[in-house]
Amino acid sequence: MSLSNIFNVAGSAMSAQSQRLNTTASNIANADSASGPDGQVYRAKQVVFSAVPMGGPESSGVAVQQVVEDSSPPKMVYDPSHPMADANGYVAMPNVNVVEEMVNMISASRSYQSNVDTMNAAKTMLLKTLTIGQ
Amino acid sequence: MGKLDDYLRVNETAINMRERRAQVIASNIANADTPNYKARDIDFNSALQSALQRNDASSGASGASAATLTKTDPAHLDGNADDTTADGTPLLYRVPTQPSADGNTVDMDVERNQFADNAVRFEAGLTFISSQIKDMLSVIQN
Repeated sequence: MSLSNIFNVAGSAMSAQSQRLNTTASNIANADSASGPDGQVYRAKQVVFSAVPMGGPESSGVAVQQVVEDSSPPKMVYDPSHPMADANGYVAMPNVNVVEEMVNMISASRSYQSNVDTMNAAKTMLLKTLTIGQ
Repeated sequence: MGKLDDYLRVNETAINMRERRAQVIASNIANADTPNYKARDIDFNSALQSALQRNDASSGASGASAATLTKTDPAHLDGNADDTTADGTPLLYRVPTQPSADGNTVDMDVERNQFADNAVRFEAGLTFISSQIKDMLSVIQN
């Protein structure tokens, strides 16, 4: 049944998109975290998608190849009263671009919805197949 | 049995091909955000023609389907290149209408449109084959 393979393909895309949404949520939540678990400033994270063959040459699913940290420098904010301020009174704040993250969030949720629709359509097709000859 | 098989063959092959195309388009939709992924599709018309010819050739008296190779050693590779489906239908690349920054050529509007179109034609095929079966049953019963 090659139709049921659509469930695998769309499912892999849904899990990849939800991981992307998770990363975005974490970035937005930590947009003001001057300190991470290791004492360093939080850095924005991004997922890298790659296509993986799934059940034959005609279909490929999605996998999260790696999660990369944004290498751009942290934003320096002047706040001498902050406990983590350096000698000049500057605090390193996360390099999270909130606008970019919002765009990412919308894009991830739209792609997720498209894959849910694909899966529903495949389900309808499969159920219709079962009614042959009835 | 041969006559019954022949009677149902066109619709059966078409439904199989629709199923395969649904899979290709579902992969495109799944990879809409994958950098450098190129959207693919099959040319349904010519794919159906050649699949029907293949079926005719394999059901013929000679039974020789010329294009298939037999694997005689476990180290032999599958003959399928990356650009054909499992049954040898050529997988083509979609021509993008708009460029994208990440090299991805999936146009979500096109893909969703094609997927819905394919699903409707798939269901039409199922309806046709159902009514063919009903016809045969009424012939047997009356």
